[in-house]
Amino acid sequence: MYRLWIFLCFVAALLAQGPKSTATGNAENGKRLFEKFGCYTCHGHQGQGGAGARIAPRPIALAALIAYVRHPSGSMPPFTAKVVTDSELTDIHAFLASVPAPPAVKDIPLLNQ
Amino acid sequence: MAKTGKSAVGRRGFLKRAAAGTAALAAGPAAKAQSPTQSGRPAALPPTPAQRAAETSAPAIEDIQIVERPGADYMVDVFNSLGLEYLFATPGSSFRGIHESVINHGGNRPEFITCMHEECSVAMANGYAKVEGKPVLVCAHGTVGIQHAAMAIYNAYCDQAPVFIIAGNISDAAERRGRVEWLHAVQDVGATVREYTKWDDNPASLTHFGESAVRAYQFAMTPPTMPVLLAADGVLQESSAPADFDWRIPKLPKITAPSGDSEAVAELARMLVAAENPLFVASRSARTPEGLRLLVELAETLQAGVIDQQRRMNFPSRHPLNQTQRTRAAVTDADLIVGLEVYDFFGVVHSLGGQVRVIPKSITKPGVKLVSISSSDLFYKSNYQNFQRYQDVDLSIPADAEATLPALIEAVKRLLTDDRRRAIKARGAKLAEASRQGLEQARAAASYAWDASPISTARLSAELWAQIKDEDWSLVSDTFWVSNWPLRLWDMNKHYHFLGGAGGEGVGYLAPAALGAAIANKKHGRLSVSIQSDGDLMMTNGVLWTSAHHRIPLLTLMHNNRAYHQEIMQLQRVANQHNRGVDIDKCKIGTAIENPNIDYAKLAQSMGVQAEGPISDPKDLQAAIRRGIAVVKRGDPYLIDVVTQPR
Repeated sequence: MYRLWIFLCFVAALLAQGPKSTATGNAENGKRLFEKFGCYTCHGHQGQGGAGARIAPRPIALAALIAYVRHPSGSMPPFTAKVVTDSELTDIHAFLASVPAPPAVKDIPLLNQ
Repeated sequence: MAKTGKSAVGRRGFLKRAAAGTAALAAGPAAKAQSPTQSGRPAALPPTPAQRAAETSAPAIEDIQIVERPGADYMVDVFNSLGLEYLFATPGSSFRGIHESVINHGGNRPEFITCMHEECSVAMANGYAKVEGKPVLVCAHGTVGIQHAAMAIYNAYCDQAPVFIIAGNISDAAERRGRVEWLHAVQDVGATVREYTKWDDNPASLTHFGESAVRAYQFAMTPPTMPVLLAADGVLQESSAPADFDWRIPKLPKITAPSGDSEAVAELARMLVAAENPLFVASRSARTPEGLRLLVELAETLQAGVIDQQRRMNFPSRHPLNQTQRTRAAVTDADLIVGLEVYDFFGVVHSLGGQVRVIPKSITKPGVKLVSISSSDLFYKSNYQNFQRYQDVDLSIPADAEATLPALIEAVKRLLTDDRRRAIKARGAKLAEASRQGLEQARAAASYAWDASPISTARLSAELWAQIKDEDWSLVSDTFWVSNWPLRLWDMNKHYHFLGGAGGEGVGYLAPAALGAAIANKKHGRLSVSIQSDGDLMMTNGVLWTSAHHRIPLLTLMHNNRAYHQEIMQLQRVANQHNRGVDIDKCKIGTAIENPNIDYAKLAQSMGVQAEGPISDPKDLQAAIRRGIAVVKRGDPYLIDVVTQPR
């Protein structure tokens, strides 16, 4: 019983954390930066895509993300290190990784008609 | 102008008498005091008793003159002979003669639909034309009204939508009653919008008016279909028709569309049959429902892919040969690309790339052959650059695509051997699989942010689709602003299922064009639905009143992202190009529509439209849409304010 209680406390602590953080990034701060830098304007508030591509959940690797943001292709404007630092991008990456996966399409009746 | 009969009285005689009576009343000292130049007092003072009497009391006996058989009656007969079903207008004195004749002589035919801005009148006519394939009548002041209407006329011109515009004017300076009629008169009525109308005229007699009206209609309806404008002289409207005027209305011929040269069509058929991966790109090829059916027949005959650029409903969205969801791959794979009324062929075969400068790159395979069938090649003007960048093609057929397809289909069928039929069958199977995968990918993409608040545009579109799919429905708005979700998720297969967006991309089109389309759909009993951008509605929100007043059934779901969102993205791009970025709060300067947030439900309710919202929780959408559809089915408009993700 005691071990079960410890386990439940652990689960509760995890849930209370909100957005998960990667090893080096702070997802909570990343979420704030995602809004502050206007990433959402093209990619949506949850990175689901819109005028820009879907980038969450399961974003590309952090190094690839930083490289792409510095030298994007297509219509995305470049964000230099002067505009957004590597550290900030690391937090944003953590936020993108923390976005929960959507329900499966087969479980959404509205998407099966 | 021809002389009137003995018993008839011209507008000039009437006005001279009226002016004399008014002048006598206005000549007193009180009238002098009204003049700011003489008294130094502002001009906005209330009218004096003498002035009020001059405007409201009965005219003196000698001023009363009766005009029999006014010219406007003939004009209205002409309009009705042309089958102009409605008159969309904000009332204006320069066409009051027509207004009165429509009501009393025509029995409100064409039916007068009261608009609250001339831009609405024309955009409504644009939307109507895309459903019905023919124009309605729009009336406006020849000066200030046409100036208001100008952007909507440009949209219709770019959109190849026929609109029949009457511009009221008083040509004869001696006939103008004072200051305002001078301000509202113009020497050359059509000049304001001549760069983006197909034809205009300034008739000097009723005979001239009748002939020019029929000619204008003919021009408007001959592909490329476009807006036309006729001046209606105020004197001509309000004076008696000449006694010897025979009231004859010229006969409107059966209007046919120019089809492609037979040798060129035969050459194209040979190219299509020989190609390994032919691809059709359709922009405005389906002028009518027949155009959609013909393109299906041609594509199926060849088992060729189709990209629908959706400026009209050219091809069923879920047809196995529809490759729109993989446009770039389809273009890259093709060895023959046939553009059907494509207005930007360069954009089809290039990516524009480049962060600052435009650096176009071809995305086609080497040796690709390009063919264009377009009625646009028959008619272009110079000033406005809607003709897009020049694209060199191998074969240009300057003709209406829809009219050319029957001959092309027959030519292709004649050339198809059994061997080629076997080969193209395998091609069709591959395309069908790619199309199926495209739909699956779209559905998967729609699932992201499914429960998000603000509501995702995919969720909004899916919720709406679920409740209209078993109805006879018509989406009367554009879908670009909601990431084209309806086009990606819905099963669209009828010509009126989708109408395309603003031809000239001028904002202020969506709401009135949706209403005009809904007016056209009304008599067919169709359920009209619209996904309405917030910034666009605020330019033309008077259409809400029009929809309530005239009981136009239309369900509007607001795509309320509380911004001129396109401009937020543009601003951010420039800030990054300048390597200084921009904090989102700064980026909202001049672009956000918040603080205060607009309550669109209250806005609609204030004009008599039943409405609800704002809705931010996607779980509330289903019930709201159900309530809205119930109201619309009873014949009234309904608006649901939905707070949404940006796109």
